[in-house]
Amino acid sequence: MARPMTDESSDPAQQVPAQALSKIVLTAADVQRVVDRIAHQILEKTQGAGDVVLLGIATRGVPIARRLAERIRAFEGREVPVGTLDITLYRDDLRRNSIRAVGRTEEPPGGVDGRRVVLVDDVLFSGRTIRAALDALSDLGRPAAVQLAVLVDRGHRQLPIRADYVGKNIPTALSEQVKVRLQEIDGSDEVVLAAGVKDKQA
Amino acid sequence: MSVVLIKGARILGGDPVDLVLRDGVIAELGPGLRADGATVVDADGLVALPGLVDLHTHLREPGREDAETVYTGSRAAALGGYTAVCAMANTSPVADTAGVVEQVYRLGQEAGLVDVQPIGAVTIGLAGERLAELGAMADSAARVRVFSDDGHCVSDPRLMRRALEYVKAFDGVIAQHAEEPRLTEGAQMHEGEVSARLGLTGWPAVAEESIIARDVLLAEHVGARLHVCHVSTAGSVEIIRVAKARGVRVTAEVTPHHLLLTHTRAESYDPVYKVNPPLRTDADVTALREGLRDGTIDIVATDHAPHAAEDKECEWAYARPGMLGLETALPIVLDVLGDQWDLIAERMSRAPARIAGLDNHGHDLKVGAPANLTLIDPTARWTVEATGLASLSHNTPYAGMTVPGRIVATFLRGVPTVLDGKVQK
Amino acid sequence: MKHLLSTADLDAATATEILDIATEMASVSGREIKKLPTLRGRTVVNLFYEDSTRTRISFEAAAKRLSADVINFSAKGSSVAKGESLKDTAWTLQAMGADAVVIRHPASGAPHRLAGWVSGSVLNAGDGTHEHPTQALLDAYTMRARMGRLDGLHVAIVGDVLHSRVARSNVLLLNTLGAKVTLVGPPTLVPTDLSSAVQVSYDLDAVLPQADVVMMLRVQRERMTDSYFPSAREYSRRYGLDGARLRRMPSHGIVMHPGPMNRGMEITPEVADSPRSTIVEQVTNGVSVRMACLYLLLGGRS
Repeated sequence: MARPMTDESSDPAQQVPAQALSKIVLTAADVQRVVDRIAHQILEKTQGAGDVVLLGIATRGVPIARRLAERIRAFEGREVPVGTLDITLYRDDLRRNSIRAVGRTEEPPGGVDGRRVVLVDDVLFSGRTIRAALDALSDLGRPAAVQLAVLVDRGHRQLPIRADYVGKNIPTALSEQVKVRLQEIDGSDEVVLAAGVKDKQA
Repeated sequence: MSVVLIKGARILGGDPVDLVLRDGVIAELGPGLRADGATVVDADGLVALPGLVDLHTHLREPGREDAETVYTGSRAAALGGYTAVCAMANTSPVADTAGVVEQVYRLGQEAGLVDVQPIGAVTIGLAGERLAELGAMADSAARVRVFSDDGHCVSDPRLMRRALEYVKAFDGVIAQHAEEPRLTEGAQMHEGEVSARLGLTGWPAVAEESIIARDVLLAEHVGARLHVCHVSTAGSVEIIRVAKARGVRVTAEVTPHHLLLTHTRAESYDPVYKVNPPLRTDADVTALREGLRDGTIDIVATDHAPHAAEDKECEWAYARPGMLGLETALPIVLDVLGDQWDLIAERMSRAPARIAGLDNHGHDLKVGAPANLTLIDPTARWTVEATGLASLSHNTPYAGMTVPGRIVATFLRGVPTVLDGKVQK
Repeated sequence: MKHLLSTADLDAATATEILDIATEMASVSGREIKKLPTLRGRTVVNLFYEDSTRTRISFEAAAKRLSADVINFSAKGSSVAKGESLKDTAWTLQAMGADAVVIRHPASGAPHRLAGWVSGSVLNAGDGTHEHPTQALLDAYTMRARMGRLDGLHVAIVGDVLHSRVARSNVLLLNTLGAKVTLVGPPTLVPTDLSSAVQVSYDLDAVLPQADVVMMLRVQRERMTDSYFPSAREYSRRYGLDGARLRRMPSHGIVMHPGPMNRGMEITPEVADSPRSTIVEQVTNGVSVRMACLYLLLGGRS
């Protein structure tokens, strides 16, 4: 009954050993600065984040959402509710891959109805993950508005989706991989651009 | 009448010798024989055995000609090295009258590949209530001597006693299917750890053993002959051993599948492994082999039971019990006993012929003996294929297994029924 | 995972994963919109050779909450009732493009046979006296939800173990997940050689003080006419769970029953309706667990 479980955001980081082919595009200090900036931008754009809830998309969107909440509290003393969203059951490519593990979905305290929901993810690529996240979100409730914050935008959109808050735009070739490592999951912070062996969609 | 010259056969595995078969008997035996106009069979390296005799065969005719006929079953028998088979009575209509047994007997004669000796039913319609006309069947052209309700147990003790007594008048024997019916209601497989796990209703060993114990005591009490069909448990072997030591006139048979396979086969839920009595445990297999070697069990009988595909390609509980056996019996016994040719001849030819009263079968291969024999290549190994067998049905439990011993030729009264592994008719 | 035929096929990791996914599925069931798009375009056939409205509805709800198309194929009034063989039915389902077949059948092993004849997944929804894997999974889910763990839990399964597919599947699964199982019932209804990993007792009162969970099995009255026990009254006196017996259990202990219950036979209304009883939760959890199973069978590349 053993069978491979795939979790796309973790496997490239662990399976590609080719240090020589990869380049660090954001260091730990860069990541921290970028998160600080997005937190400021959210505060600015939402007039103090009074109605904001942060919804981290599993897996790496979740710690980023928590950091943003922590920065907002540090800057303004405001508690922003944080939830997590696992979009596995909403993916449109389930039939193309072996079974995926299902992660946790936790509604933020107070729910999403009537709130300004900021979806948080690590990398914006084709836009399909965000499409699935919007479907999942609409099953959770009816937000007043939905925004999107990403650490990295690497281009190559396949759907009409754009981010409201972008940490860094990184132009990439389709064959390349953007790997985000975070302290909470991977033990350290950095973003690496690697020459990929296959066309992987995020 | 054709003449056959067999060159260099090893009788019971002995030194090579030539045989001339003429007028239905072994006419000459010795080295360097010649016979003008004879069909010459090169038997270099082949072992000669007296033609095998099966005391327990289901030929399905009349009634289920879609599963087997006397003709197709005879072909399978000849290919398996048999020159005589005893056809069980559970046909439709049941072989419980002189008319039905004579019909089966005549069909066997017409097929002409093996002697088909009908077995008569003990009770009318196998219903276990009233004796069939046993004497009429004995006096018929079929000369029935073995009576059996096989498939059903003669469970009523008084009826069993009467049957045992009654057939003494014509030296008959009752072949009992030992299965206490109340202990096996709905039974699907051997009762044990595997049946408990698979959720299939158990067929306890005691249901067989209690009937055998009762029957040997009855046979002893009335001084009659008893034959026990398809013994399947270690306890049964022990009871028969004790009975024989007491002088009871009991004989017993074991099937090739009970000598080889165990109840774990049911784990596949494939009813090709469903059989009655069921496949048992390793300990039972060991005891059956020991009983066969030491003579507690007198013979190997196939219980060849062809079934149409729809009776096996279904849920286990709905499938009919039974397995093919004629074409694989000798290879399985060879695998189990090794090349003890004299013992094999005793268990598969002489003893079954004696029990069935078949005077023309089971003779040692000597000058003047009926020319019923079979030639085996003991070194050949072959893989059993369900669709490669001559039976009309395909329910062999050995499909895919590689077995030793290929039956090369079979002769019935001097006429080749099988040559080079092919039926001659 | 291609088929779910027996809980013996589940290792601890897979079984735990099913329970974890079921937890996520349960949260969906609590939402305003109780539906996921996960199995859109997949066809699930409910092939029921036995009347079991409860189980069929549970599977139907599970498949529909995952957006699968559901076809109910009941043996009554269909070609099956006219004598069509299981193999021919299998070919029909194959031709209809069934991605999964949920089968309930009175013959043990029928799902195993079916799995050999169709290319889709086969899910055993109860076969004869063999197994009922999703019932065992929902029982394990319910125990874990109530007790917080399965490892080291002491579970007593009481009643007609011999004929119970629920008991068989539970024994295998609970062993895999580290619980300790004691089978309790009259000797006529408890197979002695089921497994060396379980304990057997004929004395319910002796077992109750150590039991974290007591699972009462349905006892069919026809067992009485087969002499498995002398009378319903004697059975319930020796093996029925009433209020007095419930008080012999540890205070945290729970009472389970796979349903449908014979109130007054194996369980009294007082016990069945007590807060210690999980009988209603078991039904609710059944949908979540079956959603998890369907996801594991159909949620990936076939």
